[in-house]
Amino acid sequence: MDNPAISIENIIKSYDKVVALDDISFEVDKGELFGLIGPDGAGKTSLFRILTTLLIQDSGNAIVEGFNVVKDYKKLRTIIGYMPGRFSLYPDLTVEENLRFFATIFNTTIEDNYDLIKTIYRQIEPFKKRLAGNLSGGMKQKLALSCALIHKPEVLFLDEPTTGVDAVSRKEFWEMLKELQKKDITILVSTPYMDEASMCDRVALIQNGRILEVETPEEIVKLYPHSLWAVISSDMYKLESDLQSFEKSVSVYRFGDSIHLSVKDDDIYGSDIKEYLESKNQNKIKVEKIDANIEDCFMALMNNNDL
Amino acid sequence: MAQQVIIKVDNLVKKFGNFTANDNLTFEVFKGEIFGFLGANGAGKTTALRILCGLSSPTSGQVEVAGFDVYKQTNKIKMNIGYMSQKFSLYEDLTVRENIRFFAGIYGLSRKIIRERTDELLNKLNIEELGDKLISSLPLGWKQKLSFSIAIFHRPQIVFLDEPTGGVDPITRRQFWDMIYDASNDGITVFVTTHYMDEAEYCNRVSIMVDGRIEALDTPETLKKTYNAKNMNEVFLMLARK
Repeated sequence: MDNPAISIENIIKSYDKVVALDDISFEVDKGELFGLIGPDGAGKTSLFRILTTLLIQDSGNAIVEGFNVVKDYKKLRTIIGYMPGRFSLYPDLTVEENLRFFATIFNTTIEDNYDLIKTIYRQIEPFKKRLAGNLSGGMKQKLALSCALIHKPEVLFLDEPTTGVDAVSRKEFWEMLKELQKKDITILVSTPYMDEASMCDRVALIQNGRILEVETPEEIVKLYPHSLWAVISSDMYKLESDLQSFEKSVSVYRFGDSIHLSVKDDDIYGSDIKEYLESKNQNKIKVEKIDANIEDCFMALMNNNDL
Repeated sequence: MAQQVIIKVDNLVKKFGNFTANDNLTFEVFKGEIFGFLGANGAGKTTALRILCGLSSPTSGQVEVAGFDVYKQTNKIKMNIGYMSQKFSLYEDLTVRENIRFFAGIYGLSRKIIRERTDELLNKLNIEELGDKLISSLPLGWKQKLSFSIAIFHRPQIVFLDEPTGGVDPITRRQFWDMIYDASNDGITVFVTTHYMDEAEYCNRVSIMVDGRIEALDTPETLKKTYNAKNMNEVFLMLARK
Protein backbone atom coordinates (compact mmCIF):
# COMPACT_ATOMS: atom_id res chain seq x y z
CA MET A 1 0.00 0.00 0.00
CA ASP A 2 1.09 3.52 -0.77
CA ASN A 3 1.53 5.94 2.06
CA PRO A 4 -1.50 8.18 2.46
CA ALA A 5 -1.36 11.60 0.78
CA ILE A 6 -2.56 13.25 3.99
CA SER A 7 -2.27 11.82 7.47
CA ILE A 8 -3.82 13.69 10.37
CA GLU A 9 -3.24 12.50 13.93
CA ASN A 10 -4.91 13.89 17.04
CA ILE A 11 -4.90 17.49 15.91
CA ILE A 12 -6.12 19.95 18.55
CA LYS A 13 -6.48 23.69 18.00
CA SER A 14 -8.07 26.24 20.32
CA TYR A 15 -8.59 29.99 20.10
CA ASP A 16 -8.79 31.32 23.63
CA LYS A 17 -11.56 29.24 25.15
CA VAL A 18 -13.04 28.04 21.88
CA VAL A 19 -11.93 24.58 20.80
CA ALA A 20 -11.93 24.74 17.01
CA LEU A 21 -10.49 21.26 16.41
CA ASP A 22 -10.96 18.66 19.08
CA ASP A 23 -8.68 15.67 18.50
CA ILE A 24 -9.06 15.20 14.77
CA SER A 25 -7.59 12.13 13.05
CA PHE A 26 -8.09 10.74 9.55
CA GLU A 27 -6.18 9.88 6.39
CA VAL A 28 -6.66 10.77 2.76
CA ASP A 29 -5.35 8.32 0.16
CA LYS A 30 -3.33 9.34 -2.86
CA GLY A 31 -5.51 10.35 -5.76
CA GLU A 32 -8.61 10.53 -3.64
CA LEU A 33 -11.34 13.15 -3.97
CA PHE A 34 -12.05 13.58 -0.27
CA GLY A 35 -14.82 15.76 1.12
CA LEU A 36 -14.86 17.51 4.49
CA ILE A 37 -18.56 18.07 5.05
CA GLY A 38 -19.96 20.29 7.79
CA PRO A 39 -21.64 23.60 8.59
CA ASP A 40 -19.93 26.94 9.20
CA GLY A 41 -18.03 26.94 12.46
CA ALA A 42 -17.36 23.18 12.35
CA GLY A 43 -13.59 23.75 12.11
CA LYS A 44 -13.08 23.12 8.40
CA THR A 45 -11.08 26.27 7.72
CA SER A 46 -8.84 25.81 10.77
CA LEU A 47 -7.95 22.34 9.57
CA PHE A 48 -7.23 23.60 6.04
CA ARG A 49 -4.98 26.33 7.41
CA ILE A 50 -3.03 23.81 9.47
CA LEU A 51 -2.63 21.44 6.52
CA THR A 52 -1.47 24.27 4.26
CA THR A 53 1.12 25.44 6.89
CA LEU A 54 -0.60 28.76 7.58
CA LEU A 55 -1.57 27.93 11.16
CA ILE A 56 0.15 25.82 13.79
CA GLN A 57 -1.82 23.28 15.78
CA ASP A 58 -1.66 23.18 19.61
CA SER A 59 -0.90 19.47 19.52
CA GLY A 60 -1.02 16.49 17.22
CA ASN A 61 0.66 15.80 13.91
CA ALA A 62 -0.15 16.22 10.26
CA ILE A 63 1.85 14.85 7.33
CA VAL A 64 1.15 15.80 3.72
CA GLU A 65 2.98 13.83 1.02
CA GLY A 66 5.63 12.85 3.55
CA PHE A 67 6.20 16.39 4.80
CA ASN A 68 5.43 17.46 8.33
CA VAL A 69 3.23 20.56 8.24
CA VAL A 70 5.31 22.29 10.93
CA LYS A 71 8.89 21.14 10.39
CA ASP A 72 8.87 20.84 6.62
CA TYR A 73 6.59 23.74 5.84
CA LYS A 74 8.84 25.28 3.18
CA LYS A 75 9.05 22.10 1.14
CA LEU A 76 5.41 21.37 1.64
CA ARG A 77 4.35 24.73 0.29
CA THR A 78 5.91 23.96 -3.10
CA ILE A 79 3.80 20.86 -3.70
CA ILE A 80 0.36 21.95 -2.56
CA GLY A 81 -2.28 24.20 -4.05
CA TYR A 82 -4.71 26.09 -1.82
CA MET A 83 -7.88 27.87 -2.70
CA PRO A 84 -9.16 29.67 0.40
CA GLY A 85 -12.83 30.28 1.03
CA ARG A 86 -12.51 33.99 0.49
CA PHE A 87 -11.47 35.29 -2.91
CA SER A 88 -7.80 36.03 -2.39
CA LEU A 89 -6.39 37.03 -5.74
CA TYR A 90 -5.21 40.50 -6.64
CA PRO A 91 -8.27 42.49 -7.72
CA ASP A 92 -6.11 45.17 -9.35
CA LEU A 93 -4.22 42.74 -11.54
CA THR A 94 -5.74 41.29 -14.69
CA VAL A 95 -6.77 37.66 -15.02
CA GLU A 96 -3.60 36.85 -16.91
CA GLU A 97 -1.36 38.84 -14.54
CA ASN A 98 -2.73 36.95 -11.55
CA LEU A 99 -2.07 33.62 -13.18
CA ARG A 100 1.42 34.65 -14.30
CA PHE A 101 2.18 35.92 -10.79
CA PHE A 102 1.30 32.60 -9.19
CA ALA A 103 3.21 30.67 -11.85
CA THR A 104 6.29 32.83 -11.34
CA ILE A 105 6.47 32.52 -7.57
CA PHE A 106 6.46 28.76 -8.02
CA ASN A 107 9.24 29.00 -10.62
CA THR A 108 7.14 27.88 -13.52
CA THR A 109 5.24 29.40 -16.43
CA ILE A 110 1.67 29.35 -17.66
CA GLU A 111 2.88 27.65 -20.83
CA ASP A 112 4.57 24.77 -18.94
CA ASN A 113 1.42 23.72 -17.16
CA TYR A 114 -1.22 24.99 -19.52
CA ASP A 115 -2.40 21.47 -20.20
CA LEU A 116 -3.46 21.00 -16.59
CA ILE A 117 -5.59 24.12 -16.36
CA LYS A 118 -6.79 24.48 -19.93
CA THR A 119 -10.33 23.11 -19.54
CA ILE A 120 -10.93 25.53 -16.68
CA TYR A 121 -8.85 28.49 -17.85
CA ARG A 122 -10.25 28.42 -21.39
CA GLN A 123 -13.62 29.51 -20.02
CA ILE A 124 -12.14 32.74 -18.67
CA GLU A 125 -9.35 33.25 -21.22
CA PRO A 126 -11.51 35.55 -23.40
CA PHE A 127 -11.44 37.94 -20.41
CA LYS A 128 -7.74 37.64 -19.64
CA LYS A 129 -7.17 41.41 -19.90
CA ARG A 130 -9.95 42.14 -17.41
CA LEU A 131 -9.11 43.08 -13.82
CA ALA A 132 -9.78 40.17 -11.47
CA GLY A 133 -11.82 42.48 -9.24
CA ASN A 134 -14.32 42.99 -12.07
CA LEU A 135 -15.06 39.31 -12.69
CA SER A 136 -18.37 37.65 -11.86
CA GLY A 137 -18.45 35.19 -8.96
CA GLY A 138 -18.26 32.13 -11.19
CA MET A 139 -15.31 33.51 -13.16
CA LYS A 140 -13.42 34.47 -10.00
CA GLN A 141 -13.83 30.92 -8.78
CA LYS A 142 -12.40 29.52 -12.03
CA LEU A 143 -9.46 31.93 -11.90
CA ALA A 144 -8.75 31.05 -8.28
CA LEU A 145 -8.76 27.36 -9.15
CA SER A 146 -6.45 27.98 -12.11
CA CYS A 147 -4.02 29.89 -9.86
CA ALA A 148 -4.08 27.11 -7.27
CA LEU A 149 -3.21 24.58 -9.99
CA ILE A 150 -0.65 26.43 -12.10
CA HIS A 151 2.38 24.87 -10.36
CA LYS A 152 0.97 21.34 -10.79
CA PRO A 153 0.51 20.58 -7.09
CA GLU A 154 0.35 17.02 -5.78
CA VAL A 155 -2.37 17.88 -3.31
CA LEU A 156 -5.09 20.45 -3.84
CA PHE A 157 -6.92 22.06 -0.89
CA LEU A 158 -10.23 23.71 -1.71
CA ASP A 159 -11.97 25.44 1.18
CA GLU A 160 -15.68 25.83 0.45
CA PRO A 161 -15.31 26.49 -3.27
CA THR A 162 -19.07 26.20 -3.83
CA THR A 163 -20.43 28.28 -0.93
CA GLY A 164 -22.92 30.87 -2.15
CA VAL A 165 -22.75 29.37 -5.62
CA ASP A 166 -25.97 28.43 -7.44
CA ALA A 167 -26.98 24.82 -8.05
CA VAL A 168 -25.97 24.87 -11.71
CA SER A 169 -22.49 26.29 -11.17
CA ARG A 170 -21.97 23.92 -8.25
CA LYS A 171 -22.66 20.95 -10.48
CA GLU A 172 -20.21 22.26 -13.09
CA PHE A 173 -17.55 22.82 -10.45
CA TRP A 174 -17.75 19.22 -9.27
CA GLU A 175 -17.48 18.02 -12.85
CA MET A 176 -14.24 20.02 -13.10
CA LEU A 177 -12.91 18.37 -9.93
CA LYS A 178 -13.69 14.90 -11.29
CA GLU A 179 -11.63 15.77 -14.37
CA LEU A 180 -8.71 17.02 -12.26
CA GLN A 181 -8.73 13.86 -10.22
CA LYS A 182 -7.91 11.88 -13.37
CA LYS A 183 -4.62 13.78 -13.51
CA ASP A 184 -3.39 12.16 -10.28
CA ILE A 185 -4.02 15.09 -8.00
CA THR A 186 -5.25 14.36 -4.49
CA ILE A 187 -8.09 16.73 -3.65
CA LEU A 188 -9.34 17.68 -0.19
CA VAL A 189 -12.45 19.83 -0.53
CA SER A 190 -14.77 21.23 2.12
CA THR A 191 -18.44 22.10 1.75
CA PRO A 192 -21.49 22.91 3.86
CA TYR A 193 -23.77 21.38 1.18
CA MET A 194 -24.58 17.85 2.29
CA ASP A 195 -25.75 16.77 -1.16
CA GLU A 196 -22.22 17.28 -2.52
CA ALA A 197 -20.96 14.37 -0.42
CA SER A 198 -22.11 11.96 -3.11
CA MET A 199 -19.55 13.45 -5.51
CA CYS A 200 -16.64 12.40 -3.25
CA ASP A 201 -14.80 9.07 -2.97
CA ARG A 202 -14.86 9.38 0.80
CA VAL A 203 -16.07 12.02 3.21
CA ALA A 204 -15.43 13.12 6.77
CA LEU A 205 -18.49 14.58 8.47
CA ILE A 206 -17.41 17.32 10.87
CA GLN A 207 -19.35 19.28 13.48
CA ASN A 208 -18.15 21.41 16.42
CA GLY A 209 -14.52 20.49 15.83
CA ARG A 210 -15.12 16.74 15.92
CA ILE A 211 -15.20 14.15 13.19
CA LEU A 212 -18.53 12.37 13.29
CA GLU A 213 -17.72 9.75 10.67
CA VAL A 214 -15.22 8.95 7.91
CA GLU A 215 -16.48 6.68 5.15
CA THR A 216 -17.53 6.41 1.53
CA PRO A 217 -20.86 8.15 0.95
CA GLU A 218 -22.42 4.78 0.05
CA GLU A 219 -21.31 3.22 3.36
CA ILE A 220 -22.43 6.17 5.47
CA VAL A 221 -26.00 5.96 4.25
CA LYS A 222 -26.02 2.19 4.84
CA LEU A 223 -25.08 2.81 8.47
CA TYR A 224 -28.26 4.77 9.19
CA PRO A 225 -29.57 3.14 12.38
CA HIS A 226 -33.35 3.36 12.00
CA SER A 227 -35.97 2.69 9.39
CA LEU A 228 -36.76 5.80 7.42
CA TRP A 229 -40.01 6.83 5.74
CA ALA A 230 -40.96 9.67 3.42
CA VAL A 231 -44.43 10.91 4.33
CA ILE A 232 -46.74 13.28 2.46
CA SER A 233 -50.26 14.48 3.24
CA SER A 234 -52.55 17.31 2.23
CA ASP A 235 -51.65 19.30 5.36
CA MET A 236 -47.84 19.26 5.59
CA TYR A 237 -47.74 21.85 8.38
CA LYS A 238 -49.88 19.74 10.73
CA LEU A 239 -48.26 16.55 9.47
CA GLU A 240 -44.96 17.56 11.04
CA SER A 241 -46.43 17.90 14.52
CA ASP A 242 -48.60 14.78 14.11
CA LEU A 243 -45.53 12.73 13.22
CA GLN A 244 -43.62 14.19 16.16
CA SER A 245 -46.24 12.84 18.53
CA PHE A 246 -46.17 9.37 16.92
CA GLU A 247 -44.90 7.16 19.74
CA LYS A 248 -42.36 5.29 17.63
CA SER A 249 -40.83 8.34 16.00
CA VAL A 250 -37.14 9.09 16.62
CA SER A 251 -36.91 12.17 14.46
CA VAL A 252 -39.08 14.15 12.07
CA TYR A 253 -37.49 16.43 9.50
CA ARG A 254 -38.84 18.25 6.47
CA PHE A 255 -37.06 17.25 3.29
CA GLY A 256 -38.23 19.23 0.31
CA ASP A 257 -41.79 18.18 -0.52
CA SER A 258 -41.95 15.31 1.99
CA ILE A 259 -41.22 14.73 5.66
CA HIS A 260 -38.66 12.13 6.71
CA LEU A 261 -39.85 10.09 9.66
CA SER A 262 -37.28 7.96 11.42
CA VAL A 263 -38.73 5.06 13.39
CA LYS A 264 -37.25 2.98 16.19
CA ASP A 265 -37.94 -0.60 15.26
CA ASP A 266 -37.67 -2.36 11.95
CA ASP A 267 -40.85 -4.40 12.12
CA ILE A 268 -43.07 -1.43 11.54
CA TYR A 269 -45.10 -1.28 8.34
CA GLY A 270 -46.12 1.67 6.23
CA SER A 271 -49.72 0.75 7.03
CA ASP A 272 -49.05 1.36 10.77
CA ILE A 273 -47.94 4.90 10.04
CA LYS A 274 -50.84 5.45 7.67
CA GLU A 275 -53.38 4.17 10.22
CA TYR A 276 -51.95 6.44 12.88
CA LEU A 277 -52.19 9.47 10.56
CA GLU A 278 -55.74 8.61 9.58
CA SER A 279 -56.61 8.65 13.28
CA LYS A 280 -55.26 12.22 13.23
CA ASN A 281 -57.65 13.10 10.39
CA GLN A 282 -54.89 13.44 7.80
CA ASN A 283 -55.88 13.12 4.14
CA LYS A 284 -54.13 12.07 0.95
CA ILE A 285 -51.48 10.25 2.96
CA LYS A 286 -48.51 8.76 1.15
CA VAL A 287 -45.98 6.69 3.07
CA GLU A 288 -42.91 5.26 1.41
CA LYS A 289 -39.89 3.48 2.88
CA ILE A 290 -36.71 5.16 1.71
CA ASP A 291 -32.94 4.94 2.00
CA ALA A 292 -31.27 7.61 4.10
CA ASN A 293 -29.21 10.31 2.42
CA ILE A 294 -26.13 12.03 3.83
CA GLU A 295 -28.17 14.82 5.40
CA ASP A 296 -30.35 12.28 7.27
CA CYS A 297 -27.16 10.67 8.57
CA PHE A 298 -25.57 13.98 9.51
CA MET A 299 -28.60 14.99 11.55
CA ALA A 300 -28.74 11.59 13.25
CA LEU A 301 -25.08 12.02 14.20
CA MET A 302 -25.71 15.57 15.44
CA ASN A 303 -28.34 14.12 17.75
CA ASN A 304 -25.66 11.83 19.17
CA ASN A 305 -27.05 8.71 17.64
CA ASP A 306 -24.18 6.51 16.54
CA LEU A 307 -24.59 5.20 13.06
CA MET B 1 -61.56 35.24 -1.96
CA ALA B 2 -59.12 37.33 -3.91
CA GLN B 3 -55.67 37.45 -2.39
CA GLN B 4 -54.28 40.80 -1.40
CA VAL B 5 -51.34 41.88 -3.54
CA ILE B 6 -48.46 43.20 -1.43
CA ILE B 7 -45.75 43.50 -4.09
CA LYS B 8 -46.70 44.53 -7.61
CA VAL B 9 -44.08 44.62 -10.34
CA ASP B 10 -45.00 45.73 -13.88
CA ASN B 11 -42.48 45.68 -16.72
CA LEU B 12 -39.55 46.41 -14.42
CA VAL B 13 -36.38 47.19 -16.40
CA LYS B 14 -33.02 48.00 -14.84
CA LYS B 15 -30.03 48.78 -17.01
CA PHE B 16 -26.42 49.46 -16.07
CA GLY B 17 -24.97 51.10 -19.18
CA ASN B 18 -25.53 48.61 -22.00
CA PHE B 19 -26.19 45.75 -19.63
CA THR B 20 -29.79 44.85 -18.84
CA ALA B 21 -29.83 43.32 -15.35
CA ASN B 22 -33.62 43.13 -15.07
CA ASP B 23 -35.37 42.62 -18.38
CA ASN B 24 -39.05 43.43 -18.17
CA LEU B 25 -40.04 41.67 -14.96
CA THR B 26 -43.74 41.37 -14.20
CA PHE B 27 -45.03 39.53 -11.14
CA GLU B 28 -47.10 39.84 -7.99
CA VAL B 29 -46.56 38.61 -4.46
CA PHE B 30 -49.53 38.02 -2.14
CA LYS B 31 -49.87 38.96 1.50
CA GLY B 32 -48.66 36.27 3.88
CA GLU B 33 -47.10 34.26 1.09
CA ILE B 34 -43.67 32.63 1.23
CA PHE B 35 -42.25 33.62 -2.12
CA GLY B 36 -39.02 31.94 -3.31
CA PHE B 37 -36.88 34.11 -5.57
CA LEU B 38 -34.42 31.78 -7.28
CA GLY B 39 -31.85 32.16 -10.00
CA ALA B 40 -28.25 31.46 -10.92
CA ASN B 41 -25.48 33.81 -9.75
CA GLY B 42 -25.61 36.89 -11.94
CA ALA B 43 -29.20 36.29 -13.09
CA GLY B 44 -30.29 39.65 -11.65
CA LYS B 45 -31.78 38.66 -8.29
CA THR B 46 -29.78 41.11 -6.19
CA THR B 47 -30.58 44.00 -8.54
CA ALA B 48 -34.31 43.28 -8.28
CA LEU B 49 -34.08 42.76 -4.52
CA ARG B 50 -32.39 46.16 -4.07
CA ILE B 51 -35.15 47.84 -6.06
CA LEU B 52 -37.89 46.15 -4.02
CA CYS B 53 -36.19 47.33 -0.82
CA GLY B 54 -36.14 50.91 -2.04
CA LEU B 55 -32.34 51.04 -2.36
CA SER B 56 -32.21 51.51 -6.10
CA SER B 57 -34.57 52.94 -8.75
CA PRO B 58 -35.72 51.08 -11.84
CA THR B 59 -34.78 52.35 -15.30
CA SER B 60 -38.44 51.94 -16.23
CA GLY B 61 -41.58 50.12 -15.15
CA GLN B 62 -44.00 50.33 -12.22
CA VAL B 63 -43.19 48.79 -8.85
CA GLU B 64 -45.24 49.01 -5.67
CA VAL B 65 -44.12 47.50 -2.39
CA ALA B 66 -46.58 47.39 0.53
CA GLY B 67 -48.66 49.94 -1.38
CA PHE B 68 -45.79 52.40 -1.85
CA ASP B 69 -44.08 53.52 -5.03
CA VAL B 70 -40.39 52.61 -5.41
CA TYR B 71 -39.58 55.87 -7.20
CA LYS B 72 -41.11 58.33 -4.75
CA GLN B 73 -41.83 56.60 -1.46
CA THR B 74 -38.65 54.69 -0.64
CA ASN B 75 -38.65 55.82 2.99
CA LYS B 76 -42.17 54.52 3.50
CA ILE B 77 -41.11 51.24 1.92
CA LYS B 78 -38.13 50.95 4.25
CA MET B 79 -40.37 51.50 7.28
CA ASN B 80 -42.65 48.69 6.19
CA ILE B 81 -40.14 46.00 5.34
CA GLY B 82 -37.52 43.97 7.15
CA TYR B 83 -34.29 42.72 5.63
CA MET B 84 -31.79 40.06 6.52
CA SER B 85 -28.89 38.55 4.61
CA GLN B 86 -26.27 35.98 5.38
CA LYS B 87 -23.52 38.55 4.94
CA PHE B 88 -24.82 41.42 7.01
CA SER B 89 -26.65 40.37 10.10
CA LEU B 90 -25.86 41.75 13.52
CA TYR B 91 -23.15 43.79 15.25
CA GLU B 92 -20.69 41.28 16.68
CA ASP B 93 -19.40 43.65 19.37
CA LEU B 94 -22.84 44.51 20.74
CA THR B 95 -24.87 42.23 22.98
CA VAL B 96 -28.11 40.58 21.93
CA ARG B 97 -30.18 43.21 23.78
CA GLU B 98 -28.08 46.06 22.38
CA ASN B 99 -28.55 44.82 18.83
CA ILE B 100 -32.29 44.62 19.32
CA ARG B 101 -32.40 48.11 20.84
CA PHE B 102 -30.29 49.50 18.00
CA PHE B 103 -32.36 48.09 15.16
CA ALA B 104 -35.71 48.68 16.84
CA GLY B 105 -34.61 52.24 17.64
CA ILE B 106 -33.87 52.90 13.96
CA TYR B 107 -37.45 51.93 13.17
CA GLY B 108 -38.66 54.39 15.79
CA LEU B 109 -40.10 51.97 18.33
CA SER B 110 -40.53 53.40 21.82
CA ARG B 111 -38.30 52.25 24.68
CA LYS B 112 -41.24 50.68 26.44
CA ILE B 113 -42.27 48.63 23.42
CA ILE B 114 -38.67 47.62 22.75
CA ARG B 115 -38.31 46.41 26.34
CA GLU B 116 -41.56 44.46 26.27
CA ARG B 117 -40.94 42.84 22.92
CA THR B 118 -37.32 42.02 23.78
CA ASP B 119 -38.39 40.03 26.83
CA GLU B 120 -41.12 38.40 24.78
CA LEU B 121 -38.64 37.43 22.06
CA LEU B 122 -35.93 36.07 24.37
CA ASN B 123 -38.60 34.10 26.16
CA LYS B 124 -40.05 32.71 22.94
CA LEU B 125 -36.62 31.65 21.69
CA ASN B 126 -35.87 30.30 25.15
CA ILE B 127 -32.62 32.26 25.43
CA GLU B 128 -33.25 34.66 28.33
CA GLU B 129 -29.74 33.92 29.62
CA LEU B 130 -28.14 35.07 26.35
CA GLY B 131 -29.56 38.60 26.40
CA ASP B 132 -26.39 40.22 27.70
CA LYS B 133 -23.96 38.07 25.71
CA LEU B 134 -22.00 39.54 22.82
CA ILE B 135 -23.18 38.39 19.41
CA SER B 136 -19.61 37.28 18.63
CA SER B 137 -19.88 34.64 21.36
CA LEU B 138 -22.94 32.95 19.83
CA PRO B 139 -22.90 30.01 17.42
CA LEU B 140 -23.81 30.82 13.81
CA GLY B 141 -27.18 29.10 14.03
CA TRP B 142 -28.27 31.37 16.88
CA LYS B 143 -27.01 34.45 15.10
CA GLN B 144 -29.11 33.63 12.07
CA LYS B 145 -32.23 32.96 14.14
CA LEU B 146 -31.76 36.19 16.09
CA SER B 147 -31.03 38.11 12.94
CA PHE B 148 -34.33 36.96 11.49
CA SER B 149 -36.22 37.80 14.68
CA ILE B 150 -34.72 41.28 14.66
CA ALA B 151 -35.60 41.76 10.98
CA ILE B 152 -39.29 41.28 11.88
CA PHE B 153 -39.09 42.96 15.31
CA HIS B 154 -40.83 46.12 14.06
CA ARG B 155 -43.61 43.90 12.58
CA PRO B 156 -43.03 44.78 8.94
CA GLN B 157 -45.50 43.79 6.24
CA ILE B 158 -42.79 42.10 4.21
CA VAL B 159 -39.45 40.56 5.15
CA PHE B 160 -36.73 40.08 2.54
CA LEU B 161 -34.32 37.22 3.25
CA ASP B 162 -31.21 37.02 1.09
CA GLU B 163 -29.70 33.53 1.41
CA PRO B 164 -30.55 33.39 5.10
CA THR B 165 -29.46 29.78 5.64
CA GLY B 166 -26.13 29.66 3.81
CA GLY B 167 -23.63 27.47 5.66
CA VAL B 168 -26.02 26.73 8.53
CA ASP B 169 -26.18 23.15 9.86
CA PRO B 170 -29.09 21.03 8.62
CA ILE B 171 -31.03 20.97 11.90
CA THR B 172 -30.78 24.74 12.44
CA ARG B 173 -31.72 25.26 8.79
CA ARG B 174 -35.01 23.48 9.47
CA GLN B 175 -35.61 25.39 12.70
CA PHE B 176 -35.06 28.54 10.70
CA TRP B 177 -37.79 27.50 8.29
CA ASP B 178 -40.12 26.87 11.23
CA MET B 179 -39.63 30.53 12.09
CA ILE B 180 -40.38 31.51 8.50
CA TYR B 181 -43.65 29.54 8.64
CA ASP B 182 -44.59 31.24 11.91
CA ALA B 183 -43.97 34.68 10.43
CA SER B 184 -46.04 33.77 7.39
CA ASN B 185 -48.87 32.54 9.62
CA ASP B 186 -48.75 35.91 11.39
CA GLY B 187 -49.45 37.56 8.04
CA ILE B 188 -45.89 38.68 7.24
CA THR B 189 -45.00 38.17 3.60
CA VAL B 190 -41.68 36.36 3.20
CA PHE B 191 -39.57 37.01 0.13
CA VAL B 192 -36.60 34.65 0.18
CA THR B 193 -33.59 33.72 -1.97
CA THR B 194 -31.71 30.48 -1.48
CA HIS B 195 -29.29 28.10 -3.15
CA TYR B 196 -30.74 25.10 -1.29
CA MET B 197 -33.22 23.56 -3.68
CA ASP B 198 -35.02 21.58 -0.96
CA GLU B 199 -35.94 24.97 0.53
CA ALA B 200 -37.56 25.96 -2.76
CA GLU B 201 -40.09 23.22 -2.02
CA TYR B 202 -41.07 24.97 1.23
CA CYS B 203 -42.22 28.10 -0.59
CA ASN B 204 -45.84 28.74 -1.60
CA ARG B 205 -44.66 29.96 -4.98
CA VAL B 206 -41.27 30.14 -6.63
CA SER B 207 -39.89 32.29 -9.41
CA ILE B 208 -36.77 31.34 -11.33
CA MET B 209 -34.71 34.09 -12.95
CA VAL B 210 -32.45 33.41 -15.90
CA ASP B 211 -30.39 36.13 -17.58
CA GLY B 212 -32.44 39.00 -16.17
CA ARG B 213 -35.86 37.49 -16.91
CA ILE B 214 -38.35 35.46 -14.95
CA GLU B 215 -38.33 32.17 -16.78
CA ALA B 216 -40.90 30.42 -14.58
CA LEU B 217 -43.21 31.33 -11.71
CA ASP B 218 -45.62 28.97 -10.00
CA THR B 219 -46.13 26.65 -7.05
CA PRO B 220 -43.38 24.04 -6.66
CA GLU B 221 -45.95 21.35 -7.39
CA THR B 222 -47.04 22.86 -10.70
CA LEU B 223 -43.45 23.62 -11.74
CA LYS B 224 -42.47 19.99 -11.17
CA LYS B 225 -45.44 18.83 -13.25
CA THR B 226 -44.79 21.34 -16.02
CA TYR B 227 -41.15 20.36 -16.37
CA ASN B 228 -41.77 16.70 -15.62
CA ALA B 229 -39.19 16.81 -12.83
CA LYS B 230 -38.78 14.79 -9.62
CA ASN B 231 -37.86 17.79 -7.52
CA MET B 232 -37.10 21.51 -7.66
CA ASN B 233 -33.40 20.85 -8.15
CA GLU B 234 -34.19 19.23 -11.50
CA VAL B 235 -36.49 22.10 -12.47
CA PHE B 236 -33.75 24.58 -11.61
CA LEU B 237 -31.04 22.71 -13.52
CA MET B 238 -33.29 22.47 -16.57
CA LEU B 239 -34.10 26.16 -16.62
CA ALA B 240 -30.88 27.74 -15.44
CA ARG B 241 -28.41 25.71 -17.51
CA LYS B 242 -28.68 27.11 -20.99
